[in-house]
Amino acid sequence: MSVTPMDATTEEQQGKRKRRTKKGGDEPDHRIDPGATRRAWMLLAPTIAALSLVIIYPVVRAIYMSFQADQHLDPTTGLFVAGGFAGFDNYTHWLGQRCNGQACATGEAAGYFWDVVFITFMFAFVTVVFETVLGFWFATIMNKKFRGRGLLRAAVLIPWAIPTAVTAKLWYFIFAYDGIANHLFGVHILWTGDQWPARFAIIIADTWKTTPFMALLILAGLQLISNDVYEAARVDGASVYQRFRYITLPLVRPALMVAILFRSLDALRMFDLPFILTGGGGGTGHATTTLSILVVRQYQVGFNGSAAISTITFLLVFLVAFIFIKFLGANVVETEESYSRKK
Amino acid sequence: MRLKPVACAGALALSLGTLAACGGGGGGGSSTSANSSRGPITYVQGKDNSNVVRPTIAAWNKLHPKEKVTFVEQSDQANQQHDDLVQHFQSKDSKYDTMSVDVIWTAEFAAKGFLTPLEGSLKIDTSPLLKATVVSATYGGKLYAAPQTSDGGLLYYRKDLVKTPPKTWDEMMSDCSIARKNHIDCYAGQFAKYEGLTVNAAEAINSWGGTIVGKDGKTPTVDSPQAAEGLGKLVAAYKDGNIPKQAITYQEEQGRISFEAGKLLFLRNWPYVYGLASTEGSSKVKKTFGMAPLPGKDGPGASSLGGHNLAISAYSTHKATAVDWIKFLESEDRQKFFITTGSLAPVIVSLYSDPTLVQKFPYLTPLKTSIDHAVPRPVSPFYPAVTQAVTDNAYSAIKGDSSVQSALKNMATAIKNASSGS
Repeated sequence: MSVTPMDATTEEQQGKRKRRTKKGGDEPDHRIDPGATRRAWMLLAPTIAALSLVIIYPVVRAIYMSFQADQHLDPTTGLFVAGGFAGFDNYTHWLGQRCNGQACATGEAAGYFWDVVFITFMFAFVTVVFETVLGFWFATIMNKKFRGRGLLRAAVLIPWAIPTAVTAKLWYFIFAYDGIANHLFGVHILWTGDQWPARFAIIIADTWKTTPFMALLILAGLQLISNDVYEAARVDGASVYQRFRYITLPLVRPALMVAILFRSLDALRMFDLPFILTGGGGGTGHATTTLSILVVRQYQVGFNGSAAISTITFLLVFLVAFIFIKFLGANVVETEESYSRKK
Repeated sequence: MRLKPVACAGALALSLGTLAACGGGGGGGSSTSANSSRGPITYVQGKDNSNVVRPTIAAWNKLHPKEKVTFVEQSDQANQQHDDLVQHFQSKDSKYDTMSVDVIWTAEFAAKGFLTPLEGSLKIDTSPLLKATVVSATYGGKLYAAPQTSDGGLLYYRKDLVKTPPKTWDEMMSDCSIARKNHIDCYAGQFAKYEGLTVNAAEAINSWGGTIVGKDGKTPTVDSPQAAEGLGKLVAAYKDGNIPKQAITYQEEQGRISFEAGKLLFLRNWPYVYGLASTEGSSKVKKTFGMAPLPGKDGPGASSLGGHNLAISAYSTHKATAVDWIKFLESEDRQKFFITTGSLAPVIVSLYSDPTLVQKFPYLTPLKTSIDHAVPRPVSPFYPAVTQAVTDNAYSAIKGDSSVQSALKNMATAIKNASSGS
């Protein structure tokens, strides 16, 4: 095509056009409306302020506190005085289980710190596995069209709607020594007293409570899969298993990974259910103590020590989330564009 | 973009600025002027379940219209009450003048400088009061709080099955044959892993002459043969089945329910069970239970002390009124009102032999014996760590997971480490 005199343009405008054709999409050109960026940041400022107040400040303050020593007793006056800078003492106390320079004795919370870490991760892993499997099953049922589907969906949601504290107390009565659980199965298990029964009590109660949440998130993912794909597969002669494995699973994967990520982070912070159901006890006395229970227990003894555990929990949860997003492909922040560009 | 760091910094500055503004609380005036200053005050207490506080405040306000008391009601959970008080003390809030403090927190609050010692112009006459309650309110030789209500352990027993209550622990264990004959459990207390276990373990240890900490509240004295003998009795009873296996999960209510259903021969519990066991519809033992002092080594055992003390905040600005209010709550009339309306055991010794009261509340006589022999739980500023040391190790010993010797040794180590602030 020949360039007519009417299309004579300046260097700048030619350059702009060149850029537009190079990128090949409809990328917004920022220089058209510079005020938009400024306005965007102005509108975001209140949210950033609120988030800094509610998230950044407490985390930074907890980290600061974890490097301070707790109050100790001044032997002459018998009164407490502020502890000074403690360096990494709080951390060696918990991670290295050193109390006053030696290994910790029974009765000191630091003595079972690593047990508690194991228990927290074990709860998180087992409950998430059960809830994913059961949630997926519920979701596939809820996805089908039948009469009373709305009622079923509402009914399935009820366990999740009940406040956790109430749920914990209900299961506490069910698992009491002369409660329904023992009566129904004709056994005499000390659900809240023995080690593994207590752990299973928590796992059962938590699965009952949170499966609806997983089912709901997975249902959202399932509903995005159009029926045509299944029709085509059925015409091609795919079996139920093949349809599930090659169509459902890959297409529901984004929603599934997000659901598992959220649920795992929640489970790692589990507090109210074990606290109210078993008080963190069972077995030798701490069979169901999670990291959050340890933090709350430490408040009474010293804030700075519990700030250290709090920070350790924060780092662990952060690590798990990082692994999920980087390596397991949970897409929580990707935009439409970048996702389609990847394809 | 150039604006991004500016916007971020602005937002951060804004939030930190707001926080700084929220920080300051009221600072009190100098303590000497506050000691003689009068004016309206507040009284802080957990939930008033028995409705004794409001009528009391109304009576005071009628007599002192210029120095009214306002009631600040907290939740009925002990831990939340403790944390709420700590928050207000730490912010030096002058709006909390007087408060009801559990006996186990008094030493902790005193050591942190939250309470005003009751000396000089704020002195209180402690001679008519129960000795053990005064001990629980004393720290470092000074009285930091005034006893308000008391509580001690009682032995509830089935008087249709056991004619006379056992006077010693060994007698009670031999009475267990009666329980076995009737196919019910023998003895239960509170053995779940919580504060109640410290109470029961301390009672066992103290009844055999042991102690948990020394007079300074810090040095552990629990690793002694007397303590081993006492704790050993509980361990042996659990092993022999005289304490049923499920009692390891019992708090106060589970034991009470088992006793009221007729499934338990002996129960160690607090006086509140009397009212419920004799009037509740579901109670099967309304007319067939009796109360006695706790059995010990050669006679009455050493009950743990419960109850509450009244304290004046170090940041109060009207301390003269506060101490008069406290004296009002400790007066004989008010103590009689507390027991008749609220079933809260009084702290004045003479009331325990008052004939009208004893007739109405038959548990007063065994309770007086219990409290006479009562030993407060460790009066230590590190009480939360001390109680965890006792509970964890007693639990493990009773369950048989560790020997009594190693449990006591661990208890001593844990208490020592806690008291050195690690």
